[in-house]
Amino acid sequence: MNKLKKIAGIVWILLGPISIFYLIKTAASEIAKKPHIDTKIQWYVFVIIFIPIAIGLMIFGYYALKGEYDNVE
Amino acid sequence: MSSSTSTKGIWKVITASSIGTLIEWYDFYIFGSLATVIASQFFPKTNPTAALLSTLATFAAGFIVRPFGALVFGRLGDLIGRKYTFLLTLILMGGSTFAIGCIPSYDSIGFIAPILVLLLRLIQGLALGGEYGGAATYVAEHAPDNRRGYFTSWIQTTATLGLFISLGVILLTRHWLDNDAAKSIAKFNDWGWRIPFLLSIVLVIISVYIRMKMKESPLFSKLKIEGKTSTNPLKESFAHKANLKMVLLALFGATMGQGVVWYTGQFYAQSFIENVCKVDFEQSRTILIWAILFATPFFVVFGGWSDKIGRKWIMLAGMFLAIISYRPLFNQLLQLSDMNNKIEIEALRQIKSNYTILPNNIDTLRKTTIKHFFEDKDILAETKIDTLYNDVAKKTIKPAVTISKTLNSSIYWQMVFIVFILILYVTMVYGPIAAFLVELFPTKIRYTSMSLPYHIGNGVFGGLTPFIATLLTTIYTSDKLVGLYYPIIVSILCLVIGALYISSKMNIANKN
Repeated sequence: MNKLKKIAGIVWILLGPISIFYLIKTAASEIAKKPHIDTKIQWYVFVIIFIPIAIGLMIFGYYALKGEYDNVE
Repeated sequence: MSSSTSTKGIWKVITASSIGTLIEWYDFYIFGSLATVIASQFFPKTNPTAALLSTLATFAAGFIVRPFGALVFGRLGDLIGRKYTFLLTLILMGGSTFAIGCIPSYDSIGFIAPILVLLLRLIQGLALGGEYGGAATYVAEHAPDNRRGYFTSWIQTTATLGLFISLGVILLTRHWLDNDAAKSIAKFNDWGWRIPFLLSIVLVIISVYIRMKMKESPLFSKLKIEGKTSTNPLKESFAHKANLKMVLLALFGATMGQGVVWYTGQFYAQSFIENVCKVDFEQSRTILIWAILFATPFFVVFGGWSDKIGRKWIMLAGMFLAIISYRPLFNQLLQLSDMNNKIEIEALRQIKSNYTILPNNIDTLRKTTIKHFFEDKDILAETKIDTLYNDVAKKTIKPAVTISKTLNSSIYWQMVFIVFILILYVTMVYGPIAAFLVELFPTKIRYTSMSLPYHIGNGVFGGLTPFIATLLTTIYTSDKLVGLYYPIIVSILCLVIGALYISSKMNIANKN
């Protein structure tokens, strides 16, 4: 189980940058489609809020990879 | 936990905490439920700046300010105590809700109106961010170890009951203002919408009075006497690896999935029934009201059960059931409201047209309503609004068409049953989560540590559900259920992380 937790840690680390890339790409395309100020604000809020969460996921993956959650009680 | 309160005392604690938290949720939801009326009063679409403030009020209060409130008040709660902190959040929430009900409209005072509404909405978000963690911590710290899930589950009912009461008060007020239904709704849209906001102050005064009489949590008081309270809760919560890893686990392994299941089961379901199934305004809300009424006791059932079999698998089972059944259940809602294959009684068909001269005194606005009556007693009302131009060469390019379906009793109750199942999943993921979060963190930084993952999970992941689901339906128009992929994917991720990394034995609280 501990080995699986560590391997899955790599997946969480990779999911971080992938989701940041996808988020920014979607935000840019949606703003280009509808360049109104409210669309911009909506997507700026999404990007500002989700980037720290994606970084949090990477840190979580790093901890998992390092075995911080092995035999956690 | 040796310093737990007597059984009689714990009910006082639960009552005092729950009433306040319920009022906070009520305050927060009436703004959301009355968003359309508020927009017409304060944020006219014709004015771009007002529309911009409206977007800010929607997004900033839900997503940015709630987690920020969790940090501000969580820190305060770990420094000065739970009692005074969640008393402060209650006053802030109640005061700002009452004040929203008093603000003159945009037509009366111009730009100051939407700016004030935005500021007060931000205070509401901030207060909500601080309230829940305080109430859950306060109850948990009075509860005996072996019944923490049961006692904290009463706090868990408040979010759903807050929604229930807000919907009930709004529906009652809409009908109460005049004997004639149409006139009553018109009065409600004009000034009656203020009543649910103003009512809040009475509830808050009662709740503040009750809370003032309560004592500080026994565990926090003990820490304070021993001089062991945290001097810097934010640093200890998020800068120390031992605690940060638990904050991250709470977010990605529990609250993230719980948040999307919560918002899908209650908000998205209601929005789906109204906007996709086209069920009329009142039925779409009363369906939710009945389902909430029947499902709410299960918060306590699952909370209590989690004391016996553990928190982890009840929460994860709720997510698993949501993942495998969301699409079939929402598809069933669509099928039930589909009137294409029904037999219409054509003799009963009603066609009514209203004509209103437009301000230019030349053209006329035509509103045509066609009512179709079906053999199974369903009714479909189709309203078309177009302009009749004096200049015959001009024609309305695309008339505005709205559809509203009134369901027969059998279909109505089938829908109630489906929404009940959706809310049952909510009770599974949400019933045990307060006890789960409380047990993950030590007393001295508990308020701060549990509030942030809770409000990111619910405010950000959960709160975004209606927006992302709607966004997906505008991109992939062929599939009306495509919006469900967002809660399903988030739940899958959370289920995997929770199953892998959360231990059924996690309980820091008992080690304090």
